[in-house]
Amino acid sequence: MPRVTGAAPNPWFSWDYVRANWGDITEALGQHVTLTLQAVAIAALVALPLALVAFRRPRLAGPVLGLTGVLYTIPSLALFALLYPLLRDRRETVLVGLVMYALLVLVRNALVGLQGVDPAVVDAARGLGMGPLRTLLTVQLPNALPAIVTGLRLATVTTVALATIGVVVGYGGLGQLMYRGFASQYRAEIVTATVLTLALALVADAAWWLAGRLAAPWARAGGAR
Amino acid sequence: MTGDDVLRQAFVWLNDPLNWRGPDGVPALVAEHLAMSAAAVALAALVALPLGVWLGHRGRGGGLTVLASNTSRALPTLALLYVFATTGLGFGNRPTVVAAAIFAVPPILSNAFTGLREVDPAARDAARGMGMSGRRSLLAVELPLALPLIAAGLRTAAVQVVATVPLAALVGGGGLGTIIVTGFATRRFGEVVAGGLLVAALCLLVEALLAWGQRVLTPAPMRVRAGARTLTAAA
Repeated sequence: MPRVTGAAPNPWFSWDYVRANWGDITEALGQHVTLTLQAVAIAALVALPLALVAFRRPRLAGPVLGLTGVLYTIPSLALFALLYPLLRDRRETVLVGLVMYALLVLVRNALVGLQGVDPAVVDAARGLGMGPLRTLLTVQLPNALPAIVTGLRLATVTTVALATIGVVVGYGGLGQLMYRGFASQYRAEIVTATVLTLALALVADAAWWLAGRLAAPWARAGGAR
Repeated sequence: MTGDDVLRQAFVWLNDPLNWRGPDGVPALVAEHLAMSAAAVALAALVALPLGVWLGHRGRGGGLTVLASNTSRALPTLALLYVFATTGLGFGNRPTVVAAAIFAVPPILSNAFTGLREVDPAARDAARGMGMSGRRSLLAVELPLALPLIAAGLRTAAVQVVATVPLAALVGGGGLGTIIVTGFATRRFGEVVAGGLLVAALCLLVEALLAWGQRVLTPAPMRVRAGARTLTAAA
């Protein structure tokens, strides 16, 4: 507040800004939301079969867990840098990068969830005469559901935050607004985009939590971890 | 076709001795990168270690650690960097170190907290039964038992910081990220790829070194437990 440089005031938030730039804000938000939804959906579709394969072939489980952990340490800036020259498309670059990170989280959590199913429950299923496929579908997967939903929550929240790094290729959703605010040194724009990003992450997280509760109502009581 | 071209350019860039010398050479950038990372981890540890140890020892503040790690996951690093750039912190390396340190606090904090929380109550009881004061029990019994988890938290934080520091280049700072950002700005994509490879290699190297160091430094009986924990911490 005391740092007035003689030029126009630089507030942390301004409704005038929001009103005047409503179109840009909704466009950036829309870009961010579609990127996130698409990335998580694609990642989930790929991750579940991968986790199942690794689960059915225990020799693969160790390497899969190790590899996902190692790949996750590669920073998004580096990944986008490696992808863009190959794909030559801003949106695809960001999308593929986000799918990769979400994939790592999802495979890991689904696999750990499946491995964590109580062996006594699996034994009981076998004792009831269930085949391996039926055990997987009606016993192991439902039991792993809370862990899978946790993975989806984590993946969605990190995707929302990571998408902003897309500014490096000029397709960062709300990150694009942050960048514009940074370039023009206008605080209200950066803060508006930041608050929207946090709100988006929060809403997505709450939605998954609700979906998880509805899908696995039995996990409510014993789910304390 | 263009992909091969870019890869070839990347290797040409990496093989050019000019890119490995001087103040903008790769070794200098790596040194700057590591110095920034070390500063950020030290800064975070300075705040998070005493706080986590104290909270864990007293057995309260669990909600705070969870809140800290959840918020840091949802808050984009870039947002913090850009906000800093409009304040007294300014541009470049200093705000990046501060931002990286802020994001390094949650893993250190929650691991220190959990480490002290998960000390076997029997060990704590025995310490008290031997007449140790709360402080003595903390220093001589609880801290040594919590050490593997505290180390795992520091390792997670360090790897995360090394991966965050490249963003400095987006706010006019240094480090290895500058190769990527300069490459994008000049549309020399071979350079972009070379920078991406260098950053990824540095991160993997730091992760491998710290994993090895942690294994070597952990007393054998405690190894299994520490390994199981890093798994959940990294997710």
